[in-house]
Amino acid sequence: MGVTTIEKRLAPPRRPGAIAWLRKNLFNSWLNSILTVVTVVVLIFILRAVLEWVFVNADWRPITRSPLLYLVGQYPRGELWRIAVSLWMVSFLFGLGWGVWRGLFRAFALALAAVLSAGVFLPPPVDAPALLFRLSWLINPLLVFLGFFLASWLHLKGRHVLIGWLISFIVTPILLRGVEGSSWLPSVETTLWGGLLVTLILAVGGLLLAFPIGILLALGRRSSLSVVHYSSVIVIEAVRGVPLITILFMTSIIVALFLPPELRIDRLVRAMAGMTIFAAAYIAENVRGGLQAIESGQIEAAKAIGLNNIQTIVLIELPQALRAVIPSLVGQFISLFKDTTLAVIVGITELLAIGRAVIQSDSEFIQLQAEVFVFIAVVFFVLSSVMSYSSRKLEERLGVGER
Amino acid sequence: MTDENMSSGNGVIIQCTDVHKWFDEFHALRGVDMEVKKGEVIVIFGPSGSGKSTFIRTINRLEEHQRGTIIVDGIELTHDVRNIATVRSEIGMVFQSFNLFPHLTVLQNVTLSPIWVKKMPKDEAEVLGRQLLNRVGIPEQADKFPVNLSGGQQQRTAIARALAMQPKIMLFDEPTSALDPEMIKEVLDVMVGLAKSGMTMLVVTHEMGFARAVADRMFFFDEGLVVESGSPADIFDRPQEDRTKLFLSQILTH
Repeated sequence: MGVTTIEKRLAPPRRPGAIAWLRKNLFNSWLNSILTVVTVVVLIFILRAVLEWVFVNADWRPITRSPLLYLVGQYPRGELWRIAVSLWMVSFLFGLGWGVWRGLFRAFALALAAVLSAGVFLPPPVDAPALLFRLSWLINPLLVFLGFFLASWLHLKGRHVLIGWLISFIVTPILLRGVEGSSWLPSVETTLWGGLLVTLILAVGGLLLAFPIGILLALGRRSSLSVVHYSSVIVIEAVRGVPLITILFMTSIIVALFLPPELRIDRLVRAMAGMTIFAAAYIAENVRGGLQAIESGQIEAAKAIGLNNIQTIVLIELPQALRAVIPSLVGQFISLFKDTTLAVIVGITELLAIGRAVIQSDSEFIQLQAEVFVFIAVVFFVLSSVMSYSSRKLEERLGVGER
Repeated sequence: MTDENMSSGNGVIIQCTDVHKWFDEFHALRGVDMEVKKGEVIVIFGPSGSGKSTFIRTINRLEEHQRGTIIVDGIELTHDVRNIATVRSEIGMVFQSFNLFPHLTVLQNVTLSPIWVKKMPKDEAEVLGRQLLNRVGIPEQADKFPVNLSGGQQQRTAIARALAMQPKIMLFDEPTSALDPEMIKEVLDVMVGLAKSGMTMLVVTHEMGFARAVADRMFFFDEGLVVESGSPADIFDRPQEDRTKLFLSQILTH
């Protein structure tokens, strides 16, 4: 009661106007005024130089001549429909996610719809029907909305969407890789895959595998069984003690030497295995930190209400531990995403490798390295920013009831 | 089997004989004997470090006793994991610091054990959960998170959570010690109601008003031993041991 009367008597101070804000924050003393002016002048010069380079001096032909190369590498142009279908699945699943979880997924789904629709402006490959190529992009936004309406209309639950994702993670590799000797789904060697396609496959695949392995390693490290404990410690410390490149070499080349020759593991799978184990070791340490932060009273309470050890871990400890370490986990995922560029070393033609190949493909382009690398940097920057933005939103959302 | 017949025969639900517990070199429990009958309300009090909390924590084996026997409802507590699980499912426990699960709503805290331990269907568990929240007087808080509740409401949630297993015995480990003074009463009221409903309760507390009102017997602990036990009238009006007298004078004169 008392609070309302006070509010009536004392209105909150009004927010200062633009001029007042400027004076307070930018020109509140002589020195600050000078700094402000100098900074603005420098910024204008830099901005002018950048804009001039981007729009006047830069020659974007290495990118515009064959943008598909950056997206999918040498993936046979006649088989591009498979990638289109994979993207349709992703669009539909994001739409479902939007319908079920709303909030953050809405932004993702709409952003995805917008980005994929922009594919309409890509030049179609020479030997493919142009109209079909362009239309295939426009199906994505339709599927996003279809997913949204289906999820809302059928009152789908989160687990339905998760099952959908699980199916797509199994179907997509088969679809892209094809089946040996099949006529309508001929196999496409992963040596032909490239560009953003491979970057995303390495990052998403590595991430999805590294996450559960990392959690198991963290739990193993905490285990009271000494065999489990020491194996986990050895794996974690060994992996953390060497650079990623070494691990990529190990999984790509050395492991293959020890395997019988008839057991050929795909190059991309080997690289992904390296990335996975590397990321898993770091995730394990993050998760361990989260587990250690849980009060012992939580575990006692779980025991007291009769939960067994596994239920205590899954229902009480992990949800709290993971929530506490979301920022560092996302940081880990972002660095995994950027680290995919190291796969060049073991002969994977991911985005950066495509860039270098393009530069070398044409004598004219050798002068245009800057354009290629700037373009690739922007792609990485945008995708990384999306990830860190979504981690902040996820934190806000999961933070409910935390503090 | 014989144990169970025995205990149901004379109504004994907890039987502790010569219970010892060491923390490294420290001898925390030095041979505690206690027999609790079905429906009894036991208040355990004593100075800090006297082993009273450690003792009630041995009853649902949050602490392992190293000598002596503890038999709960005919089941002896040993290293056998199945016995421990059975005993825990019959004992509810309320902690000093509530220990609610912060990532779950109040209702989810309460329904967790019915759903996962008793394998009760979710909607049935929620009906039970809402009944229990009603019983402890906070039905309107069901969908909030623990952090948004007052201390008294949190502790009442913890009581509801413990009751959700429909236990035969309730253990309270200083349930009001972490509460602001104005919230102690609301928690004690719930406990009094529970005692009147016939629940077997072991309560570690210094709330002597509560003890006088509902305790059947009181146990004074000091240095890991039961120094004195008896009805509230015996303890308050005719204490025999000097240590009991001294302790009572210390907590009652303030």
